[in-house]
Amino acid sequence: MIAEFGLAALWLAAALAALQLLAGALALTPNGGRLAAVVRPAAVVQGLLCATAFAALIWLFAQTDLSVKLVAENSHSAKPLIYKLAGTWGNHEGSMLLWVTVMGLAGAGVALVERRLPEPTMLATLAGQAFVSLGFYAFLLFSSNPFTRLDPAPPEGNGLNPLLQDPGLAFHPPTLYLGYVGLSIAFSFAIGALITREVGPAFARAMRPWVLGAWIFLTLGITAGSYWAYYVLGWGGWWFWDPVENASLMPWLAATALLHSASVLAARDALRAWTVMLGVVAFSMSMVGTFLVRSGILTSVHAFAVDPKRGTFILALLAINIGSALALFGLRAGTVTEGERFSVKSREAALVFNNVMLSAILGIVLIGTLYPLVTEAMGEKVSVGPPYFNPVSAVFAVPMLLVLMVGPMLRWRRDWMARHKRAILIPLGLIAVSAVAFLFVGQIGLMPLIGLTLAPALAVASVLPLKHRKLRLVPLATWGMVVAHFGVAVALAGMACDSAFSRQHLIAARPGDTATVGPWTIRLARVSPVAGPNWTAMEGELEASYAGGAPVLLRPQSRNFWAPPQNTTVSALHTRWNGQLYTVMGDEVQGTQSTGPDGTGRWQLRLWWKPFVPLIWYGGGLIALGGLLALIGRVADDLRRIRVKAKVAYRREQQGRGGA
Amino acid sequence: MTPAAPPLKAKHQRLVLLAIAMVALIGAAILAVWALRSQASYFYVPSDLVANPPETGRAVRLGGMVEKGSMKTAADGVTVDFIVGDGKARVPVRFSGIRPELFVEGSGVVAEGHLEPGGTFIADNLLAKHDEKYVPRELKDMSDAQARKTVAETK
Repeated sequence: MIAEFGLAALWLAAALAALQLLAGALALTPNGGRLAAVVRPAAVVQGLLCATAFAALIWLFAQTDLSVKLVAENSHSAKPLIYKLAGTWGNHEGSMLLWVTVMGLAGAGVALVERRLPEPTMLATLAGQAFVSLGFYAFLLFSSNPFTRLDPAPPEGNGLNPLLQDPGLAFHPPTLYLGYVGLSIAFSFAIGALITREVGPAFARAMRPWVLGAWIFLTLGITAGSYWAYYVLGWGGWWFWDPVENASLMPWLAATALLHSASVLAARDALRAWTVMLGVVAFSMSMVGTFLVRSGILTSVHAFAVDPKRGTFILALLAINIGSALALFGLRAGTVTEGERFSVKSREAALVFNNVMLSAILGIVLIGTLYPLVTEAMGEKVSVGPPYFNPVSAVFAVPMLLVLMVGPMLRWRRDWMARHKRAILIPLGLIAVSAVAFLFVGQIGLMPLIGLTLAPALAVASVLPLKHRKLRLVPLATWGMVVAHFGVAVALAGMACDSAFSRQHLIAARPGDTATVGPWTIRLARVSPVAGPNWTAMEGELEASYAGGAPVLLRPQSRNFWAPPQNTTVSALHTRWNGQLYTVMGDEVQGTQSTGPDGTGRWQLRLWWKPFVPLIWYGGGLIALGGLLALIGRVADDLRRIRVKAKVAYRREQQGRGGA
Repeated sequence: MTPAAPPLKAKHQRLVLLAIAMVALIGAAILAVWALRSQASYFYVPSDLVANPPETGRAVRLGGMVEKGSMKTAADGVTVDFIVGDGKARVPVRFSGIRPELFVEGSGVVAEGHLEPGGTFIADNLLAKHDEKYVPRELKDMSDAQARKTVAETK
């Protein structure tokens, strides 16, 4: 019953999206003005219906209703409740439903609160949102219905992939989806602005909070995903340039560029066509990412829910959405009048540089991700990994970081370098000092050396804009910028330290054996069997002492799940202020020579000492926090502006009555 | 530019910006394609690897079946030697580390690594079938018949 209810809600939502598109489009014609009143309510109700359908699916998973195919295939009655809930979006159909739900709710949010733009622009925006949503509704209803029944219902479900049974993963996909799909709002705004030719500061200000919101979630999602890969895969790496990771990085790069260009447009009325273009590109990258991940045309270490048939559908959607948006852009870009001018030495120019570099990195990542597909079409199988992505993206990232040290201090429109002598000399001096220091340490690869050299200078430069200012009076948005830029420095330091100073030790140890890695001495105390709700495991007990100090206990496991039957390693980590000890236990060593005199076997242990590696994720968190501060600051400003406007209008009305 | 210099005309500024963006993006694309030619890691099956070996040290991937009875754990307990074959050729592979769970004799594997001068393939990473939903794509493409034949030959 619940399943049918959810499906009905979904169909109704799709119908409302069609109405929203039709009414929005007709309302823009000379005779359709009366339909305008329909558009906003349709958007709101559509969002609510989607949320209802999604709630229904969550309910089915919570109840483990095995007569629903999706539940039977992806859940199991013995799973802990949190993973039953996470199972809702841990599969293709459920995650697509989450996608349209976020899209619907975002559209509803815009329809409810956004009243600053001229109404025709808003109608075009909401119609654009409905247009994009409709494609995804069609996808969901015709090719991946989450509410399909199974008759007869199986006695037990298949269970959820053990790698996905992790608290981090329960919240990771929804976070990323909020980011991906939030960018659809930027896309719709860009379309609305192009149709009504309303590209200006007001458009940028209206779009900015939505982009910021989506960007915050994307940042958090990428950071969390990276940490998840780091400790769940047990490979010690935190970024693999895997298609799935690239799929989340590309929209982030585009959204980061969009945020910066939108701030130029909002403050200075320049970069009009460019900002609109980025709005289109950002969401297009979300869709490209989804296509790559869902279609399974690229191999990935964390590709779940893969089905090539669906790829075709998403590819068609992609072609329609991006194609029509680019066609519209081509038609209208010429009529978007040129914005304000600025000199080479100005904040605008620095931001243009940032945008071009981010776009170049985006291009590098996109080409590298798609290259295997191209060569495969020509009959050659290749894979592209860190040896390509790291140096080639650094070619553009390093100049961008250098400009980042100065850019925030420049004035709008025109500035003189003489004014910033000290602000340029301080980071340059720091770069020189750290370069010499780390060269002296020696044995550091070129890439980590560049990172280590830039990070301290960047950290200092990022707080320089606060110099000579009364901290209490600094706007929240500026604080956001400072915190986010500082976060970039922190993350960069973490990445560089990880690749420069990590130590690794791989051994097969008998209980009682000790091993050293970096400053740590680690003893395998014992190996014993343990059991969980849906798994059994062999658990190693490691006593690790840092530089002869009191030992801490780590318990890595080699875990066997029985629904579905699968084996994974569960790493154990110990975090200190100066780094992280990372331990993984593998299988018992097979073969006769491995059995000890007392009959105990040897166990494979992989130990890493990773100095300062947590800085990577602290940095990611700081970047997101910076976004949040900026968002709060912007929204507060907007609210204040609206209040002031209302007051002014009220006074004017009063005066109008008195005089004139 | 001195402060007194007149800023560019609007139209010129747009063209200059467009030109800069195009140059940077085209530059990025050219750099990407050039780097990909030298950095992409190619996929080999054992017969290709033997017939037409890549330069030693270059990152490549090797996919095939782990021969039955070929897996030997070294005395250190963490290094494993085995032979990957495709029915036509056999390549000795050495790997140090924790092996993926579904990496067993007679099953498919993709090894990432490089060829040593002696003809041994040093694997940095092994991708095995990781669960029923994730199979390295190259293995999926090996037809079932081919795989059965390979397994039969290497028994």
